[in-house]
Amino acid sequence: MTVLELLGSMGKVTPGDLIPILQEVQNQYGYLPQGVLLEISEHTIIPASRIYGVATFYEQFHLEPRGKHIIKCCRGTACHVRGGSTLIKDIKNELGIDEGETTEDLQFTFETVACLGTCALAPVMMVDDKYYGKMDAKKVKTLIAELRSAVKETA
Amino acid sequence: MEKLKSLSDFFSQHKALVDQTDPNKPMIVVCGGTGCIALGAVSVHQAFKEAIQRLGLTDEVTLKSTGCHGFCEKGPAVVIHPDRFFYPGVTPEDVTEILERTVMAGEAIERLAYIDPASGKKITYEYDVPFYAGQERNVFQYNGKIDPVDIEDYISHGGYCGFAKVLDEYKPEEVIETVIKAGLRGRGGGGFPVGLKWKFCHEAEGDKKYIICNADEGDPGAFMDRSLLEGTPHSVMEGMLIAGYAIGASTGIIYVRAEYPLAVSNTAKAIELARKVNLLGGNILGSGFSFDIEIRQGAGAFVCGEETALIESIEGQRGMPRPRPPFPAVAGYHGRPTNINNVETFANVPLIINKGADWYSSIGTEKSTGTKIFALAGTVANTGLVEVPMGATLRHIVFDIGGGIPDGKKFKAAQLGGPSGGCLPTQHLDCEIDYDSLQSIGAMMGSGGLIVMDETNCMVDVAKYFLQFVQAESCGKCTPCRIGTREMLDMLEKICDGKGQPGDLEELEKLANDVNSASLCGLGQTAPNPVLSTLKNFRAEYEAHINDKRCPAGACEALLTYFILETCVGCGACVRVCPVNAIEGDKKQRHIIEPGLCIKCGQCFNICKFNAVSKDGKEHAAI
Ligand SMILES: Cc1cc2nc3c(=O)[nH]c(=O)nc-3n(C[C@H](O)[C@H](O)[C@H](O)COP(=O)(O)O)c2cc1C
Ligand code: FES
Repeated sequence: MTVLELLGSMGKVTPGDLIPILQEVQNQYGYLPQGVLLEISEHTIIPASRIYGVATFYEQFHLEPRGKHIIKCCRGTACHVRGGSTLIKDIKNELGIDEGETTEDLQFTFETVACLGTCALAPVMMVDDKYYGKMDAKKVKTLIAELRSAVKETA
Repeated sequence: MEKLKSLSDFFSQHKALVDQTDPNKPMIVVCGGTGCIALGAVSVHQAFKEAIQRLGLTDEVTLKSTGCHGFCEKGPAVVIHPDRFFYPGVTPEDVTEILERTVMAGEAIERLAYIDPASGKKITYEYDVPFYAGQERNVFQYNGKIDPVDIEDYISHGGYCGFAKVLDEYKPEEVIETVIKAGLRGRGGGGFPVGLKWKFCHEAEGDKKYIICNADEGDPGAFMDRSLLEGTPHSVMEGMLIAGYAIGASTGIIYVRAEYPLAVSNTAKAIELARKVNLLGGNILGSGFSFDIEIRQGAGAFVCGEETALIESIEGQRGMPRPRPPFPAVAGYHGRPTNINNVETFANVPLIINKGADWYSSIGTEKSTGTKIFALAGTVANTGLVEVPMGATLRHIVFDIGGGIPDGKKFKAAQLGGPSGGCLPTQHLDCEIDYDSLQSIGAMMGSGGLIVMDETNCMVDVAKYFLQFVQAESCGKCTPCRIGTREMLDMLEKICDGKGQPGDLEELEKLANDVNSASLCGLGQTAPNPVLSTLKNFRAEYEAHINDKRCPAGACEALLTYFILETCVGCGACVRVCPVNAIEGDKKQRHIIEPGLCIKCGQCFNICKFNAVSKDGKEHAAI
């Protein structure tokens, strides 16, 4: 989809729609490529500086390509008091990357989130759209091993 | 359902739907909230569907997937009506047996029954489960009963009747009077009187007015707004319609966080259906009143829950708060009068209209009426959503409903109000919780997140945790919040790392008060609360960190020394889990941790069945 098509699919857009536009771009491309942002600026007359300002303000937006699978771990209070910070460490160890980083094979990106809203099942992590509750070191190990072998199979 | 052309159309449709419902028909309800889905509810629902077909029961049994029942910990939860048999943790393998024995023969299946952790007894019916028995479910009444998006289901349970009544009988001013009389206060945190806010917006001049529903729910540990939008989006929309009519607004916006995909999709479907039957859109029910609702998704910024930052965000800007006044009621979205309320606030409104202001104000305390939904989480036996009248005690929520602290540990504190709130110690367990009582003891209702902490949770670490949170979420517009919270965090990190010095606490307190009084918006103003409340209630714990370089709860890593005690039986479990091979020892002999290699991950402590691993440096030194 070209940028024009993307904007066209959203009906009449005004500068007030910048966030939904960026959300749509990210849905399409997985991140916000610089060229696309510049094109949007041209078509919508929203200054590129403002687009950059908005894109960097919100946690949801990414200016770099990301992994095929997004692994999120909650750092919320309920998870924290049930061992969430250890869980974050375990995931980092298993993946061999830090928060906000992507594995070299571009398969996994690891992020932490303020709260996943599933606090009753703390500590909680998410892989793409799926929630995993009541996690511990052992379950993380198994889960990531499963994800890795699924990746190998599709390769 | 056909398009409803008039109010009388609506009322006759409502009557027809009520008459059609047979309360004695067996109904299987599978919880479809995010928590239960995470635990496998979708496949349980599917298994029921197939089994019902296989057994030829399609006409005899209704199967529903509803919004969250609140008891997320025990999912996937299944309830069989009309008797309300309750089965937690159901798997697809259990489904046929439930159909044959419980649904068709009215028999309880002992093997699947819920076991109350407090008494060890098996419980058959939902209303006998202590978690539910201690609650008063008004706002939450539909969750667990109706299909979240099915508008007919909602109407047959009295849905949209409050709105229809308003169109039929009330002038806008009368709606506002009723809400003021009911005493409803904002559930989003501040507790501002709702009717009064509506009145300001009603009286403000403007060619166009807006209603915004705040579903940003950024408070970590709170998830009631999510459950309401997922489970009964229509009741939130009905509240918005009533507000729109009272204020004279024609557009409503629901601002929902992007992390809530199910809430977004259920609400979008509900809006679509309401438009179809003429409960949203132009000339609703032929009354001349027009109102429509759109959804905007947040993009991950806690500060956007603050009302002026939220408005910036839907205008396509960085979500930075504006100074108030002017308040949004006067100049909000696009400079026009805008009324912002929280999800739960709106969901309360139809109840007030249906049952009357006097009924509503008879619930709760004098100054905080109605019920409040708390999100009970942390180290407590039963976690989930709990609706109780305002004025319920902390003890009732944590012990009667929550079942107390698991694993024989002791209650230490309850954290209320998220990053703006405070930690309440044991002596406040019998305090009646409402907006004002909480404020007087240094906590805050906030959005109703209630996180229970036990003796292994360190209060300095908790204060540091919240400071990390607000520091990361500070938008950076005003200096006291941007720099002040950074400084406070540095000091707390120092203390947790064992580098605290005498005088630090006084300094921290002073800075906290400065940040509180000088910040631009609620984020900075309330950011010091977790620090101030823990300093007040748990000062000795701070002092232990500073003076003795000790973390009494055993949580602050830098202050821990892992050490194997004499009680070690040499089973080798710790050797196998240690990721850095720092543990040595012969079979059946006491093992030793090499301090130079230990990375203090705590896995040996967790795995040891004999309590033979100590983390307390003091104990180590003594030996
Ligand atoms: C930093 C900050 C975050 C907030 N987050 C939320 C939120 O997530 N949800 C909410 O309803 N109100 C939140 N509020 C309160 C709103 O500013 C506003 O008072 C509220 O939405 C009004 O609705 P109510 O009167 O129905 O409570 C927040 C306030 C501050 C200062
Ligand atoms: S605190 Fe982790 S999901 Fe809410």
